[in-house]
Amino acid sequence: MDHIVIIGNGISGVTAARHIRKHSDKQITIISAESDYFFSRTALMYVYMGHMTFEHTKPFEDWFWKKNKIDLKKGFVKTIDTRNKTLVFSEGDNVQYDKLIIATGSKPNKFGWKGQDLNGVQGLYSKQDLENLEVFTPNNTICKRAVIIGGGLIGIELAEMLSSRNIPVTFLVRESSFWNSVLPEGESQMINKHIKKHHIDLRLSSNLKEIISDDKGKAKSIIIEETGEEIACDFVGLTAGVSPNIDFLKNSDIETNKGVLVNRFLETNIPDVYAVGDCAEQREATGNRKPIEAVWYTGRMMGEVLAQTICGNKMSYNPGHWFNSAKFFDIEYQTYGWVNSHKNKSDNESHFHWKHDDDTKCITMAFDKNTNQFLGINTFGIRMRHEVFDRWLTENRDIDYVIKNLSEANFDPEFYKHYEREIQKTYKNQLQLA
Amino acid sequence: MSSKLNQSMSLAKPDAQDISTKQKLALAIGFIGFFILVLALFNTNFSNKSFFLTLSLVLISIGTIIFSNDAYLNTSKGIKNDGVWFKSISSRGVLGWLTGVFLTLFYIVLYFYPEYLGQSSNGESNTGLIGLFDPLSNLLSGRPATQWFVYGTLYTVAILIFGYKFILKYRNNKYEKLRTFSVMFFQLAFAFLIPEFMYRLNSDLPYYDLKSIWPLNYYNFERYRINQFIDAGDVGLGLLIFGIVSIFIITPILTYKYGKRWYCSWVCGCGALAETVGDPFRQLSDKRQVAWKIERWVIHSVLVFVILMTTAVVYSYLGNDSSKYWLTRPAFLGLVTTFLTLVFVLTMVFKRKELGKDAIYGAIGYFVVIIALIGLHYFSTDTKLFLIKSETLRTTYAFLIGSIFSGVIGTGFYPIFGSRVWCRFGCPMAAILGFQQRLFSKFRITTNGGQCISCGNCSTYCEMGIDVRAYAQKGENIVRSSCVGCGICSAVCPRGVLKLENDSMKGRINSNDILLGNDVNLMDLVNQK
Ligand SMILES: Cc1cc2nc3c(=O)[nH]c(=O)nc-3n(C[C@H](O)[C@H](O)[C@H](O)COP(=O)(O)OP(=O)(O)OC[C@H]3O[C@@H](n4cnc5c(N)ncnc54)[C@H](O)[C@@H]3O)c2cc1C
Ligand code: SF4
Ligand code: SF4
Repeated sequence: MDHIVIIGNGISGVTAARHIRKHSDKQITIISAESDYFFSRTALMYVYMGHMTFEHTKPFEDWFWKKNKIDLKKGFVKTIDTRNKTLVFSEGDNVQYDKLIIATGSKPNKFGWKGQDLNGVQGLYSKQDLENLEVFTPNNTICKRAVIIGGGLIGIELAEMLSSRNIPVTFLVRESSFWNSVLPEGESQMINKHIKKHHIDLRLSSNLKEIISDDKGKAKSIIIEETGEEIACDFVGLTAGVSPNIDFLKNSDIETNKGVLVNRFLETNIPDVYAVGDCAEQREATGNRKPIEAVWYTGRMMGEVLAQTICGNKMSYNPGHWFNSAKFFDIEYQTYGWVNSHKNKSDNESHFHWKHDDDTKCITMAFDKNTNQFLGINTFGIRMRHEVFDRWLTENRDIDYVIKNLSEANFDPEFYKHYEREIQKTYKNQLQLA
Repeated sequence: MSSKLNQSMSLAKPDAQDISTKQKLALAIGFIGFFILVLALFNTNFSNKSFFLTLSLVLISIGTIIFSNDAYLNTSKGIKNDGVWFKSISSRGVLGWLTGVFLTLFYIVLYFYPEYLGQSSNGESNTGLIGLFDPLSNLLSGRPATQWFVYGTLYTVAILIFGYKFILKYRNNKYEKLRTFSVMFFQLAFAFLIPEFMYRLNSDLPYYDLKSIWPLNYYNFERYRINQFIDAGDVGLGLLIFGIVSIFIITPILTYKYGKRWYCSWVCGCGALAETVGDPFRQLSDKRQVAWKIERWVIHSVLVFVILMTTAVVYSYLGNDSSKYWLTRPAFLGLVTTFLTLVFVLTMVFKRKELGKDAIYGAIGYFVVIIALIGLHYFSTDTKLFLIKSETLRTTYAFLIGSIFSGVIGTGFYPIFGSRVWCRFGCPMAAILGFQQRLFSKFRITTNGGQCISCGNCSTYCEMGIDVRAYAQKGENIVRSSCVGCGICSAVCPRGVLKLENDSMKGRINSNDILLGNDVNLMDLVNQK
């Protein structure tokens, strides 16, 4: 019987395991150095904020694994000997596999800043990071100020977390406006305002120069590159993106670049070794997608697909239309299809933007200037139906159609105020102006 | 609490977050009001009862209102669950347990020792706490208070002031606001005021909270009530008919259109208390699969119990002579049996597949009831059914289910088991509505394609202990008999994944292995079974 070994008990590894179990009775082992059981990384913030306990982050009860004959092993894989199909653990023991799935996820980026390894300086990725937050930022007497470096999705989550415990936060963002490498200008500016409304000291166009240590090796302040200003703080959060967590593969025969290089079948250069999730890097990206997709659902989808391949029904990773979601303090964000930032968009991509006066709701729709084809939507503060936008994108609908039928896509709770009319009116006015 | 460094590495259990000065003040005001009630309980002789009762209730209300305003109005609109699991009261800490013990004791005294509250017996005037409420009772219905009047008043006040708090907390969410206005209205008007006024108009009428439907008000068809209804003339007869119509006609129609939420979280008084006063405790419900198993056994047993009990009770006062009255004992049993058989057969014919393994339990339940009914017919004498007196059956039900389960455990244990223990494990009305919701209703919670990130907020805050995430992360709609449609899972979901809605029955239950967003071929291949 094949022994399938999976390194990493995150969403991608666990999904692969579950689907392999559904389709076969192969022996399955999941290895993790992080936690005994699969938990949802995306919920780490809610544990710190007291919305949930760590127990709640586990999507499956502890008996689930045994019942489904999925073995769990805790340990850190130090090296992989692909010739002998053996994993060597830092604890000294080893495990043999017939097929290996690498699903080791990401780690926070550190760009060689001075002081980046001091005490009180950390990213937010793992369960251990959460535990360390509890040590360095339990409240605002121990942590009088925190500085967050890097304005992405995890950075803003960290800002929300810390301010839930009334810890003053300075938020250094390299870009001239929050996340405007991804978001169009109007949205990005709305989020700037929202961040400030939550009493976050938002510093745009600001880079970290260095982190200064006190005499005990703990961070005591940071210096801003542009202004030379020193900001005293007890904690520095590094949230300038993540990159694949594959250092342990350096000396193996498995080919890597930023991530583990895989083809469309999620196969590496070595037979019987596969990679999924955050740590996988596609040799050729799908459509407009990036070669490394560090989001929850792509990890899940890769797991679903790879399980098919491993169970004898070879399938390529071929994701459908792009979608994603996030939340910026109180404002929910969803996106379907592609809406590019002003910097990244092509000449053909035009935008229609509508914003509500209260600065908590807006949408941006991208369409092709020449053909009017609808390309995608960003929606803030209004929930939209995935299924409907997925269909419209498949049907190559034009923007007029989408605007006209927008209410079909509304997914807000019942009795919520609808904005389709306002949006349609704005759209008409803009057409007349243009 | 001190702010010492917590080196225990225990995951996220910091020192409790302090409340603001204003909130402390508010608590003080509320407790002064509460203290007046305590003084009354210990037989303090207030010279002016009306004044002190008013003062007490006003102080309690003002305290709660100031507290809520300070807690929510100064913050932005959004989800307000910060620190829920750090606060002693809402995480089974010392305060939680103390509150639980206090409430439990209160219920025990209320149900079984009302004299401690000052309830008079044999015509003397009330003393203590109940005495304090005499002026209000006199004002409304012209009779002195009883323990039930005191309880009803406190219950209503609690729903109103904590309803206010709830509305502020969820003021970003119109569904939650409307639903809360609705329960506040139904409690104040239907449960509290109208019955008192009805008594004023026609003192022959039994107390009747129009929104309380059999089998929730399990006593509705007991002999003394039937007599009272009939003695009260046309109005009484109307009420009796309304009681029957409520459960057999109104309920099925509304549940078909909107799911059981129309009742459980828009109308019902138990639900009203759970959603308002109980809101800080909703996250304490047990999400484990074993709890779900226990739930299904217990709640359906209660349902069987209440059907048998009610049948037995009605049976006991019917006659055998059809020339006197058309509804004789055999006719009644025949009616009940036919009705149950009809429901059973229709379900098995049309919904067998959706029931899955549960079908067998449904069948067991059905046959238990039918055999019991047949037994009723053959082994009963005039006073005894089955060798048990119907009266015994009734008092057992009233004691076990009506008092212990719904009151003492159901509400007293809010801070321990969460706010909907009664609704989830015990309420026979919920069992009936849930059965229909699962099989014949347009209601479902739609899952938004592949957007779920398995964070677990929805499951954590589901007061019914439904593991919402288990469905959402599979892209599957939630169609569960226990869902009361409170909408909180949808509110707390940070990714906009859940929507409560009424839509066509087709495709309502959709279990997917591969979610929207993946390869279309794979979705087709795996999902069609
Ligand atoms: C705070 C936070 C919020 C997020 N929010 C969102 C969101 O809202 N939406 C979204 O789409 N995505 C979100 N993400 C990203 C998402 O969580 C990741 O894309 C996803 O978890 C990646 O899953 P994975 O299975 O690839 O890897 P991981 O979940 O990282 O799992 C990898 C596991 O492998 C273990 N491991 C690594 N190396 C070894 C080794 N050598 N030996 C043994 N074990 C090893 C790791 O310890 C880890 O447990 C968030 C991430 C974070 C950190
Ligand atoms: S599933 Fe959602 S709507 Fe239903 S009871 Fe639970 S939280 Fe309320
Ligand atoms: S449905 Fe929403 S709240 Fe529930 S697990 Fe998914 S993302 Fe989280």
